[in-house]
Amino acid sequence: MIAMAMTQKVISLSPVDMAIIAIYFLAVLGIGFYLKRFAKSGEDFFMAGREMTAWVAGLSFLSANLGSLELLGWAGSSYQYGILAAHWYWIGAIPAMVFLGLVMMPFYYISRTHSVPGYLNLRYGRATSGLSAISFAVMTILMSGVNMYAMAVVMKVVLGWNIHFSIWVSSLTVGIYVASGGLFSAIFNEVVQFFLIWFGALLIPILGLIETGGWSGMVARIQANFPGKDFTHAWSTLGDFTNNPMGMHWTGIVFGLGSVISMGYWTTDFLVVQRVLAAKDIRSAKIAPIIGAFFKMAVPFIVILPGLLGLAVLSERLVPESAMQAGQHSYNEVLPLMLARYCGPGLLGLGVTALVAGFMAGMAGNVSAFATVWTYDIYRPFLRKTDAHYVSMGRWCTMIGLIISIATAYLAMGFASIMDYVQALFSFFIAPLFGTVLLGMLWKRVTSAAGFCGLLAGTLTSTLMFFAMRADPKWVAVFALSPHAQGLAQAMYQALWSCLVCILVTVLVSYFTKPRPDSELKGLVMGVTDLPKEGALPLLQRPLLWGAVAIAALLVLQWIFW
Amino acid sequence: MTKHHITPVWFFVGLLLAIYGILILVSGLAEWSATSKTVLGEYHAPVWWGGLMAVIGIIYIVAFRPRRG
Repeated sequence: MIAMAMTQKVISLSPVDMAIIAIYFLAVLGIGFYLKRFAKSGEDFFMAGREMTAWVAGLSFLSANLGSLELLGWAGSSYQYGILAAHWYWIGAIPAMVFLGLVMMPFYYISRTHSVPGYLNLRYGRATSGLSAISFAVMTILMSGVNMYAMAVVMKVVLGWNIHFSIWVSSLTVGIYVASGGLFSAIFNEVVQFFLIWFGALLIPILGLIETGGWSGMVARIQANFPGKDFTHAWSTLGDFTNNPMGMHWTGIVFGLGSVISMGYWTTDFLVVQRVLAAKDIRSAKIAPIIGAFFKMAVPFIVILPGLLGLAVLSERLVPESAMQAGQHSYNEVLPLMLARYCGPGLLGLGVTALVAGFMAGMAGNVSAFATVWTYDIYRPFLRKTDAHYVSMGRWCTMIGLIISIATAYLAMGFASIMDYVQALFSFFIAPLFGTVLLGMLWKRVTSAAGFCGLLAGTLTSTLMFFAMRADPKWVAVFALSPHAQGLAQAMYQALWSCLVCILVTVLVSYFTKPRPDSELKGLVMGVTDLPKEGALPLLQRPLLWGAVAIAALLVLQWIFW
Repeated sequence: MTKHHITPVWFFVGLLLAIYGILILVSGLAEWSATSKTVLGEYHAPVWWGGLMAVIGIIYIVAFRPRRG
């Protein structure tokens, strides 16, 4: 998964590039220290005072997800699979983000919860909340460490940086600014990172399309370089598992990715939802994910298109990580290679800063989410203290969470396969959690016992399917509907079935257990919650309008790239 | 953010864009007559991209600068 073979470093930095990177570190520390004076109460430290405007909440919501490992990984995936990789930015994100804004945010926001496990506690009780909180806290910190190690290896391969330097300097910088300013710092730096990513990466597709003579020129070059393969159609090759490089069928994309995995991630992953919970009012909370959706739709321009341009213009063929020999480059190096191709001194530093910023913003998101879930959902239920005590706990567990992440990074150094398992573990919870949260918000008949049983059943189903498919490939044809289904396709169907099991068990158990009275469900469930109407708002301020525009834009994109 | 009178995040964005834009612009001008090692180097991308960043950064700084009171 990660490049272990020795290779020439891809990028050489000049003094101006180093200055640009150094200025970024100073800037984020300066912002963190400036914001420390405002992060006094628990509401300030963990929820940024719930004062963020729709634009700030929306951009940080997107940035928390737009880590540099994702940027590098998806550019590599687009080199490997072509434009099919864009589905993870389109159908795999936009409907879920709009759904979060229009349907689920009102319940998250009106309940005044501070976290997704917090909502589960209000809706289902301590058992379900505890299961979700502990799994989220553990997985978040493990994922943070695994990503930290992966990023450090990339920096070693791409820039020749010492792995330990990358891990310690980046992590401690993040720890200091998050421990100082809490969620204020994390959000501010995510917004800064958003701009750096765009300015750092946008030149690649612009210059690349100039070099190839536009989209059609790029397509012609790809076809000349890879005759008989189709890299530039998003849907027309999905009628058969064997017809496309991903081994995917459209049902997996629509029902697995679009309906379950994306919904599960964008509506229940606390790392992203926390940013929207920090919005200053319910209209801002509803429209923030929709603002994010518009920018998310545009991200393929800076992530997927460079991968496609790599297929067109790079003279060398990139190879999978596992097949790499000395002197070769892997799929994941396509973005740095394109950066080095077009960007000289200064611009190179900006591009690298964008990657470093993406990594640090992702880390900040993980540790701030961990601190909130640990303090409010695991620690506070057992130890009642003052607000100042919880803020202090938040600062301490930011640093402790960071140290645990660093330890996990070193663990990953010794066991490369741990990354696959940690990522898989995380995915076990996401799809069933979506079923649990969604039913809880939309159906008042769901009981507390049913919520816990459904979540547990869905998680166990996902875990069993994963290990079964690994142990014996014959199960791939059963669960993923085709023996040709690759890893990503298997994950889609795994998510789909586990979510369906969660919903089925939740519904069944509900009919055999006693529901809570309506009075206890006010503000938590549709039917017993006064949801604000949009009719009173001017047309251009209505989240429903902009949600509809986002979906329409998504459909147009699918038609263009069919 | 009015409750805490925090300097808007856009001001910090503008500050960073302006600093980076000026650095990249100056670097591009300094390299103008040197032989470029990058593809399409003849377009002098650092100059116009750095300039664009600097202009946007300055606009943000002016529009979102901290106000007294």
